[in-house]
Amino acid sequence: MKPRSLVPLVYILFLMLPIYWLVAMSFKTTNEILSGFSLFPQTFTLDAYRTIFTDPTWYWGYINSIIYVSLNTVISVSVALPAAYAFSRYRFLGDKQLFFWLLTNRMAPAAVFALPFFQLYSAVGIFDTHLAVALAHCLFNIPLAVWILEGFMGGVPKELDETAYVDGYSFPRFFVRIFVPTIKAGVGVAAFFCFMFSWVELLLAKTLTAVEAKPIAATMTKTASSAGYELGLLAAAGTLTIIPGAIVIYFVRNYIAKGFAMGRV
Amino acid sequence: MALVLNDITKVVRGATHIKPTSLTLETGHFNVLLGETGAGKTSLIKMMAGLDPIASGTLEMDGIDVTGLSTQKRRISLVHQFFVNYPHMTVFENIASPLRVAGMAQSEIDGRVQEAADILQLSPMLKRRPHELSGGQQQRCALARAIAKDSQAVFLDEPLANLDYKLREELRELLPELFAGRGAVVVYATSEPEEALLLGGETALMMDGAVTQFGATAKIYRDPASLNAARVFSDPPINHAPVQKSGTQIVMGDVRWDAAGDAAALADGTYTVAVRPNHILPSASDRATVALNGRVLVTELSGSESSAHFDLEGRGWVSLAHGTHPYRIGENHTFYMESGGCLYFTPDGHRVA
Repeated sequence: MKPRSLVPLVYILFLMLPIYWLVAMSFKTTNEILSGFSLFPQTFTLDAYRTIFTDPTWYWGYINSIIYVSLNTVISVSVALPAAYAFSRYRFLGDKQLFFWLLTNRMAPAAVFALPFFQLYSAVGIFDTHLAVALAHCLFNIPLAVWILEGFMGGVPKELDETAYVDGYSFPRFFVRIFVPTIKAGVGVAAFFCFMFSWVELLLAKTLTAVEAKPIAATMTKTASSAGYELGLLAAAGTLTIIPGAIVIYFVRNYIAKGFAMGRV
Repeated sequence: MALVLNDITKVVRGATHIKPTSLTLETGHFNVLLGETGAGKTSLIKMMAGLDPIASGTLEMDGIDVTGLSTQKRRISLVHQFFVNYPHMTVFENIASPLRVAGMAQSEIDGRVQEAADILQLSPMLKRRPHELSGGQQQRCALARAIAKDSQAVFLDEPLANLDYKLREELRELLPELFAGRGAVVVYATSEPEEALLLGGETALMMDGAVTQFGATAKIYRDPASLNAARVFSDPPINHAPVQKSGTQIVMGDVRWDAAGDAAALADGTYTVAVRPNHILPSASDRATVALNGRVLVTELSGSESSAHFDLEGRGWVSLAHGTHPYRIGENHTFYMESGGCLYFTPDGHRVA
C-alpha cells in the first residue's frame, strides 16, 4: 500500500471510531461497559434494542420526534417555496434587507426563544403538542429553506416561466407542475437540512413538550434512573437516532453535491 | 389575420423603453424585427405576448383588442434565444404540454405531436429528456412545441443565435416551411441583417426602442429612409461621411464625383453620404470610378468574400468584394467606389437621395 493512501484511511478511521464505539456499546451489557475496555462485545446482547422496541415510553419518543420533524419539514418547505420564488423573481421595496433579516433569525441561539415560545404556546393551548415543536423549529428552518431554494431558483431562467405562461399554464399550475419539479433537487436539499436541524435540536423540543409529544432526546435522559446508568440502553437509543438521518442522506446525496456546487449549502 | 400595434409604449420606472410604435404584422410571411442588442426587439415581443405590460396604446389580434388580455388567454407561441424546455418532461410531453393545458383529447395530442416531431426530425427522441439532446435538437423541441399549438401568432426571439453555424443554416432553411400554411402571424427577431434578407417577408428596423422603418425587406434594404435605418441594415457596418453638394458635384474632402439621379437635384449644402461596403471595390471598373486612397488596417476573408478595413481621412471605412485581394496591411491602397450606390442624407439623418 502506498503511504499516501494511509492519510485518508486514518482520517476515516478516526471519523468512524466514535460511531463504532456507540454501536458496539449498544450490543454490550451495562456491566461490561462499566467493567473496562473491550473492542468487541464479549457477551453480545440485543436486550437494549428489545427494551426500546417494546417499551412505549421509548418507542413513542421516536414516533413523537419523527412526527414533529416531518411536520416541520413539510411546513418549512411549503412556506419557503413561494417566499423563495418571490425573492428570486421579483424586485420589491426592501427585498434584500428582508432576505438578510430572514437569515439573521438563524444567528440567535435557540435558548433565547425557549421562554417566549413556552409562554405563548401555553397561553394558546398548544403546549406539549407536535405542532408546538414543529412551529418553533420553523423559526430556524424557514429562513434556511428560503435561502437554499432561492439559490436553486436563481439558476432557473425566467424564460421558463414565460414559456409556461405562453403555453397556457396559470401561475399555480405552472408553479406546481413545472417549476417545483424543475428545482426538485433544491427541494430535496432544503427538506434534508430542515429535517436534520429539527432532528438534532434539543432545547426547544424539550422545553415545549411534557408527555404527549416528548421527543426521543428527552426520553434518553431517563436512563439515569433508579437502577443507575443504563449505558447499553442509551447507546442503543443513540444508534437508532443516527438511522433516520442516514436514510435521508442516502436519498439526497447527489442533490447535496449540486447544492454545494451552487454555493448555497 | 393580422397583429396590429397602435402607438404601443413601454415605460419602466418612469423611463420610456419603447417609444410609440405602430405596426401591422400580417400572416403569410415572416415579419422580421431587426436591430442590435438592446434595440428593444425582445421588449416589443414580450409586450405582444402579454408578458410585459403595455403602458399606452392598443394591441389588436385579428381585429379584437387584446391589450389587457393575459398571456394564458392569447393563442400564441414563443421561442426564446436560449433553449427553454421543461427539464423534467420527455420531449413528447414537452411538445404536448400546451395541448394538455388546453384540454385536448389524447388521440389528437398524439397526432399533433407526431406531426410536429416529424417535421423537426425529433421522432426518434420523443422519449428522451431535453438535457439528453444536443443544442440544435433542444431548440427544435422548442420549435415543435410552438407549431404543435394552434397559434394566432408565433414569436421567435433570435431562435438561432445560440446555435453553431451549420445548425443555424439548417434550421433557417427549415423555418419558412415550418410556418407556411399555418395562418399564424410569424414575428422573428434577429440582430443579423443577413438573416433578415434570407427570411424575406417584411422587416421592421429597430433602434433605441423605436421602429425606424417598416416595409418589404428587400425594399427597405435598397431604400433606407434614414441613416439609422441604413446603419441597422448593413453588415459590415455602412460607411458614412459628411459631404458638400456644390454645383453638379459631391465633394468629400479631396474626393469629388458627379451627382447623379436624385442627388443631382439636391440644393447646395452639407449632407451625409452612406455607402455599403459592397460598393467599395479594390479595383476600378465601369461602375466603380471614384478613387479613394486609404491606409489598410485590417483584412478579413469570409468564404468567397474578403473585406478590408481602411482609414479614409480619419474615418474607418470598409470594402467588401468577391475573391481575395493582395492588400498590404499598413500601406495605402486605392479603392474604387460605385457612386451609383451612394445614399444621401441630411445632417440629421433623413434620406434625401
